[in-house]
Amino acid sequence: MAEATWRDIFPGNVVLTPGSAKEYHTGGWRSLRPIWDNSKCIKCGICYVYCPEGCVSQDKDGYFMADLDYCKGCGICAQECWTGAIEMVEEG
Amino acid sequence: MSIVENFDLYAPRLIDKGEHFSVGHTGCAGCGEALATRLVLKGLGKDTIVSNATGCLEIISSRYPTTAWEIPWIHVAFENAAAVAAGVEAGLKALRRKGRIPDRDVKSVSMAGDGGTADIGLQALSGAMERGHDMIHVCFDNEAYMNTGIQRSSQTPFGAWSTTSPPGEVSFGQRTWKKNIPEIIVAHNVAYVATANPSYPLDLIRKVEKARKLKGPSYIHCLSVCPTGWRMDSSLTIKVGRLALETGIFPLYEVENGKYRITVDMPKPLRPVEDYLKLQGRFRHLRPDKIEEIQARVNLEHKKLMNKVEQLQSWSEL
Amino acid sequence: MAKRKRIGMEVALAAAEAVGMCNVDVAAVYPITPQSHIAEHLSDLVADGKTDTEYVTVESEHTSMSVCIGASATGARAYTATCAQGLMLMHELLPIASAMRCPIVMSVANRPVNAPLNILSDHSDIMPQRDSGWIVIFSENGQEVVDLTLMAYRIAEDKDVMLPVIICIDGFILTHMVEPMEFPDQKEIDKFLPDYKPYATLHPDKPLTMGAFAMPDFFPQMMKAKDMALLNSKKTIVKVWDEWEKKFGRRYRPVETYRTEGAEVILVTMGSMSETAELGVDELRDKGVSVGLVKIRLWRPFPSDELKAAVKGARILAVMDRAISPGTGGGPVFTDVKAVFYGEDSRPIIVNYVMGLGGIDVTVGDFVKMGEKAAKAKKEEYEFYGVMG
Repeated sequence: MAEATWRDIFPGNVVLTPGSAKEYHTGGWRSLRPIWDNSKCIKCGICYVYCPEGCVSQDKDGYFMADLDYCKGCGICAQECWTGAIEMVEEG
Repeated sequence: MSIVENFDLYAPRLIDKGEHFSVGHTGCAGCGEALATRLVLKGLGKDTIVSNATGCLEIISSRYPTTAWEIPWIHVAFENAAAVAAGVEAGLKALRRKGRIPDRDVKSVSMAGDGGTADIGLQALSGAMERGHDMIHVCFDNEAYMNTGIQRSSQTPFGAWSTTSPPGEVSFGQRTWKKNIPEIIVAHNVAYVATANPSYPLDLIRKVEKARKLKGPSYIHCLSVCPTGWRMDSSLTIKVGRLALETGIFPLYEVENGKYRITVDMPKPLRPVEDYLKLQGRFRHLRPDKIEEIQARVNLEHKKLMNKVEQLQSWSEL
Repeated sequence: MAKRKRIGMEVALAAAEAVGMCNVDVAAVYPITPQSHIAEHLSDLVADGKTDTEYVTVESEHTSMSVCIGASATGARAYTATCAQGLMLMHELLPIASAMRCPIVMSVANRPVNAPLNILSDHSDIMPQRDSGWIVIFSENGQEVVDLTLMAYRIAEDKDVMLPVIICIDGFILTHMVEPMEFPDQKEIDKFLPDYKPYATLHPDKPLTMGAFAMPDFFPQMMKAKDMALLNSKKTIVKVWDEWEKKFGRRYRPVETYRTEGAEVILVTMGSMSETAELGVDELRDKGVSVGLVKIRLWRPFPSDELKAAVKGARILAVMDRAISPGTGGGPVFTDVKAVFYGEDSRPIIVNYVMGLGGIDVTVGDFVKMGEKAAKAKKEEYEFYGVMG
């Protein structure tokens, strides 16, 4: 986008596309990633609630996983999981 | 983002499952403020316009030409978030009255850090609260000027290290106690004042929803644990936030019409402050005598608050 | 053209009346001498329902500009007024308002800035705002204040402009004078001022982000866009002024001339002193001095071409500054005027008289003296007129 001329910039420098931050994949930041042990998961959703990125979601069976394009590996989900179903594992 | 369905078993059904703050923001790993924002926006819903002060939240979410905000949002300067929100509120009011925009309830909300609320932003906040604008001011309190590199603010706790209140040969760190902003706002006779903490998400969201429904100014003071500035592991954000409540350091209460109400009970007796302090590097230098001083003061502040909770009647009963 | 009734009124009140005719949505005004009468009279108009305006009684000028920006961003027409210390307090926000293309209109009752404190009149409050990106227009008398204020939103909100506008009104000298003025009908103004249609607004039906921060990959382009926006606005300003002349018979130009035909010496003034200077020119002409007057009305964007054309043929220019630019070796208007001639093959001798500071009266006699002095100038001069030593 560095090729944009001054005329291409919307007047007032307004950003018209909400949520366009998604273009940046913050997943590249992490050194640890969360792994769910679904046998222990009680589907409470607390990992979804506490994720500062909001990148944890449910699959069609109701189990949870992090979107690895964005997960920064902070470890909050693993720390807070009531049944200890999440483990932080080093990135390979 | 997918819908969380079986959630209903374990949480109130009414949490907005939509995300109004997108992924891809550049907050630190484990950022308490980013989490708080995500949860606050769930309470506010999409019919909200946010006026944001300069600070961590603004910087992590709005690098041109991208934005993490899925709702209308404006940033102008550091000290005027509440003033801009007042302008947005006045503009919407005039436009609705003149029929230039649909007659729909859209809430103006200002968001600022502790600097943009309690220090440089205090005048604008006081003015907006006094004038009675129909708005909410949310203070994300990470207890220092974090975005510029962890300098102290009037919200930095007693004894804490910061880059402008460093402990050294002749200093023990931050010398003053946290300025009580919720108390100041209560004195403005606003509709609603509350403290909030993302470690208690349902309490936070309920309070935001309440403020949103009320007409007139509301104020929410939200603890934002900052692993980077508080010198702790990024995974401990929620745990440390919980300890802030359990030690009585950051109580969760709300004030409506002069009546103080504790919204999340603290343990009796309170947990020792050391449990909270020892997890954070910004307190690592504290000697036992300083920790005792902190404990004594926390005990006093707790008694002061409980005194208000137990003794003060609602203004309508007076 | 139908002869309209002229009303005698204090100019500050007339300014408020004019604002009251513009269907302003949000006004956020903080009092400061000598602007307070504008704030007060506008409050009266709102209280009596003569204008449907949200009047926000802010707690400082910084907040009045912040409220205007917030309101403008939602699509509301916003107004404020200030001067001196208030304008200086707003200074932080002025470049923000213009960069964010908020077509706010502000009356500035030109007054000196501290220190020392002085509540009277000079241009030192507007000069530090030169680079703010706002359109700045000077008025000479009460009628001009009314006309220029009524035209301001038309200019500001034009699709080819979308920039904030300052109308300068010399403090006390204009604000507190009672003058006869003509007001157009409300219906004529309603037709003249179309609805405000911003490029973008804050509303949940179409969420967007305003005020994002920018890194070097975009910042320089944004600055160019800002400069070009202000430079390009001149076309529209002149167009609107032309339209006003056709409708109401009064003529406004970026630069106006008085008896400049064949003049060897030309005085250059800005603001209310221009009217006094005209009388000075008449007296000088009677004395046989070949002198004329050029009045700069449009201060930003600076009207270089128009100025060059207006002073063509003159041998000497005497630029009057009602403010200083410390450390520059000349007043602000002087340095801008000199720059206009830098690239020219033939340049007039340009002298600078700093006068009228702190509200000191500038009389017809003063202009006669300055004109005679200028006529004798052999080279560039910079002088504080009337200051001993």
